Amino acid sequence: MSRPAVLYTRYELLRTLRNRRFFFLSLGFPLVLYYLIAAPNRHLHDLQHTGIDAPLYFMVGLVSFGTMGAMLSSGVRIASERQAGWNRQLRITPLSTRTYFRTKVLTAYMMALISICVLYVAGATLGVSIGAGRWVEMTALILVGLIPFAALGILIGHLLTPDSIGPAMGGGIALLAILGGTWGPIAQHGALLQISQLVPSYWLVQAGHVGAGAGAWPAKGWAVIVVWTLVASRLAQRAYRRDTARV
Amino acid sequence: MSSAPTVPASGLAAGEGIALDHLVKSFDGPEGQIRAVTDLSVRIAAGETVALLGPNGAGKSTTIDMLLGLLDPDEGTVTVFGRRPQEAVEAGAVGAMLQTGELIRDLKVRELIAMMASLYESAMPVEEVLAITGATGFAEQRTQKLSGGQTQRVRFAVALVSDPELLVLDEPTAAMDVEGRHAFWMTIREFAARGRTVLFATHYLEEADDYADRAVLMSRGAIVADGPTNEIKAMVGSRTIRATLPAASLEELRALPGVSAAERRGDAVLLTCADSDAAIRALIAAHPQSRDIEIEAAGLEHAFLALTGDEGGAT
Repeated sequence: MSRPAVLYTRYELLRTLRNRRFFFLSLGFPLVLYYLIAAPNRHLHDLQHTGIDAPLYFMVGLVSFGTMGAMLSSGVRIASERQAGWNRQLRITPLSTRTYFRTKVLTAYMMALISICVLYVAGATLGVSIGAGRWVEMTALILVGLIPFAALGILIGHLLTPDSIGPAMGGGIALLAILGGTWGPIAQHGALLQISQLVPSYWLVQAGHVGAGAGAWPAKGWAVIVVWTLVASRLAQRAYRRDTARV
Repeated sequence: MSSAPTVPASGLAAGEGIALDHLVKSFDGPEGQIRAVTDLSVRIAAGETVALLGPNGAGKSTTIDMLLGLLDPDEGTVTVFGRRPQEAVEAGAVGAMLQTGELIRDLKVRELIAMMASLYESAMPVEEVLAITGATGFAEQRTQKLSGGQTQRVRFAVALVSDPELLVLDEPTAAMDVEGRHAFWMTIREFAARGRTVLFATHYLEEADDYADRAVLMSRGAIVADGPTNEIKAMVGSRTIRATLPAASLEELRALPGVSAAERRGDAVLLTCADSDAAIRALIAAHPQSRDIEIEAAGLEHAFLALTGDEGGAT
């Protein structure tokens, strides 16, 4: 990345760290929920036949919840910059559209990483113990699983207003979290399982298997992430074009 | 501001100035197409300070958006220092204070300016921009906690931070207090004195008269007059005299020197004057019984009506 892009990203990150909404949605809330759910079940092995201990399962579950929020919150920042007319101000600077979005995605990923670290520490306090290599592999898989959410953040940032984006994000994340199994798997087999396997949040939660010693996703998992990424990117591109044409 | 001589931004032919050629732009409105700009052509030489003057809805902001490359014209071309607007922007040659726009939150003023400065290869030092725009005093404040006048100063700083060849200001003083306005225009003057090109939109004739070399008058998306500001002022700067004068005949009043039209409003008469100084002397000499005399500038809206013959105001 060029020096201007690095500097610009640094200020963007600073702005985000000063935003209280982030701390509530991506850090505080998942952390509190984690202790509420996982602490009472800390000695539970093989949670609902997943083959994963409860503290690890819920740790990854809440990571998926917090990081979805961190990634989609780039949409909040884009929507409020559009409403303030700041995107017009930026368009009369040499900042390219590509760098603008890269900055937004990079910032979202930094926020997601902070959320991941906080929950890992919380997991460790409840007895989650994994080898260093597995930590890294599991984290890498989660970061890959977040790619479609980077595109979704840009999409909703161009579709919604700052007023409507909060409720839409809250509802969307809650639904994806339930379907994905953040609060425990919703089905062992049948149609419901099939449906839940179609959302990317399911595969975020499944990254916990890596921590429990199993392999990465099956082909289906990779396919779901790739398709969501492609579709969301295409939609985000269209929303961006329509938005700049209108302005 | 640094006292270095004007150096054109890389690859730009600053000498070529700015050319808007036969611009046309329409928008979809609730009742069909609205022609915001109709066949507009202007040339601005490098180093000129030009006022774009016109009532609300004349098409000033649309013209400026096309000049900045924020909006593509339906027809016609825009050239900024020999390049397309987007290229001039990428070269860091253009700074602008748009009509509407807030600042992004959660940054201190100094940080925001530094953030914007980071986008340019040769930006002004942050402290210098803050000093020029009078923002040093609140540089440590968060952007969301500024007053309206302070926000305008920061927006001005954002426009100046690249030390641009072309500075575009769309009704910049709308939210400023009197003191702020004066300081603002002094800064613009210093900036222009360094050979930079300035284009500002306003609906105040006084601002155009005081600070521009030349005024371009727009009405309903077209140019209705273009010339040195003193000429434009003479054209649109008519005044009205209002006086309580029950007995006088309108015929007589119309014949007074400097008076171009006379109307009656009850006991009062309303004289539209090309030369109000001559008219008031003649009025008092001929009608010493005149009472409650008021002299007013006709205002730009009124002047536009006279100039363009438009009945309804522009959209």
